[in-house]
Amino acid sequence: MKGVSIIGVGLTKFGEHWNAGFRELISEAAGKAITDAHVDGQDVQAIFGGCMASGRLLGQEHIGALIADQLGMNPVASTRLEAACASGGVALRAGIMAVASGAYDVVAVGGAEKMTEVSTEEASTALGGAGDQEWELFNGATFPALYALMARRHMQEYGTSEEQMAACAVKNHANAVNNEFARYRKAVTIADVMKSGYIASPLKLLDCSPITDGAATVILCSSEKAKKYCDTPVEIIASGQASDTLALAQRTTLTEMKATKEAARQAYTQAKIQAKDVDFAEVHDCFTIAEVMATEDLGFFEKGKGGPAAAAGETALNAKVSINASGGLKAKGHPVGATGIAQAVEATLQLQQRAGKRQVSNAEIGLTHNVGGSGATCVVHVYKRL
Amino acid sequence: MKNATPLIWRNSAARYNLAGNHCETCGKDYFPERVVCPTCRRRGKLSAKQMPTDGKIYSFTHVHAAPAGFEHETPYYIAIVELENGVHLLTQLVDSPAEKVKIGTNVKMCFRRIFEDGKEGLIAYGFKFKVV
Ligand SMILES: [Zn+2]
Repeated sequence: MKGVSIIGVGLTKFGEHWNAGFRELISEAAGKAITDAHVDGQDVQAIFGGCMASGRLLGQEHIGALIADQLGMNPVASTRLEAACASGGVALRAGIMAVASGAYDVVAVGGAEKMTEVSTEEASTALGGAGDQEWELFNGATFPALYALMARRHMQEYGTSEEQMAACAVKNHANAVNNEFARYRKAVTIADVMKSGYIASPLKLLDCSPITDGAATVILCSSEKAKKYCDTPVEIIASGQASDTLALAQRTTLTEMKATKEAARQAYTQAKIQAKDVDFAEVHDCFTIAEVMATEDLGFFEKGKGGPAAAAGETALNAKVSINASGGLKAKGHPVGATGIAQAVEATLQLQQRAGKRQVSNAEIGLTHNVGGSGATCVVHVYKRL
Repeated sequence: MKNATPLIWRNSAARYNLAGNHCETCGKDYFPERVVCPTCRRRGKLSAKQMPTDGKIYSFTHVHAAPAGFEHETPYYIAIVELENGVHLLTQLVDSPAEKVKIGTNVKMCFRRIFEDGKEGLIAYGFKFKVV
């Protein structure tokens, strides 16, 4: 397998884009990435796009073809991948495999979701497609409810508190203040989170990531040719992916994501590193409890210690391990199909020392963790300067 | 959920009576029933089995923001119930006083309306659970 590096990145502002549709968002992110990579359009040999719910949200499928068309890249092969909120992560993995195999030298991998064109209820129903429709959503479950069921067990088994979970939101909002692409660049306090009102107890409004529009793109190149285009390529030194049951009730435990542990195990083995070697991570904090569990399942903290670690500030910028320096899904926003790619964009900016005021000092090894649904798909990537 | 009629009809034994199945090879019970035993795969031998209708609360949440079809019920409880045979399922809890909704509380199945499939569609019925 060939080494694969990121040679350019592009991101739209995450937010409510009344003036931009799916086409404008994906074109903006891809255009920025192509410019950043110093490639010509004709150098891009294939496109992979992550998108979860364009059919439900926009009535538009066939996103692969749409992207190639809008970018003026016909006739290159362009394929959409879907794995709920991990659509971006699996698209990235498909792009990596396509370059690692030697089939292509340069590919573009994008992710996008246009979510604010419909009502919050319709968007929530569309997102429900990430879970088990027939046996869980059918009975009145929502995504916040599924994560709330995990949170309740975590509180029962490990004494995790609502304040500890709130600490993740507070930290991610603080980080997003310094991210010009983030949706919410406003600090919040523990008290703000605690009084924000239950969505599905024990999770409150400010424990939840927001419905958001956005797009992200990375340009991948074989590591052997990467320096032809880019002075500071970032190599993806590991790619892990695993699955678990679609229905939450079928899991043997609610306090860990086995698919995260397995994807991380694959990634650490490939990268020949341990969790303690990771300087910063973008983890999938669709809800605050998800960040608590991710920091445990990725091996940064012992099981049950993720909550106290967050409350003690150990996951803040330049603390023990910098978690979600970008602001995470919570404060940067969570346009589901774009999230996995936006995480790779942040990892690249950090390793290229381009992250401005949210720069992780001495960033050598970064990790991204992207979850589909309530953990039925998990994708972990590890990054290092080439 | 549009055009849910065949979906509801097809699964009515499970939705009305907790009909599941059982793998004769490894002894595991499944609800909802599975076509393939995930433990034994092609060596599994699955046969119909009635699930117990008693269990206890394994985890729960009080839902304040409902999806389409459940707006009129908020706030409502969603729980994962552990049945007496160890099988877990996700369900609504109804007719249960808040002070008794706790992990470990005994619950039993009851038969209720789940949602209406639009104004002119079918009304879906099925299992919910309540505190004993
Ligand atoms: Zn079996």
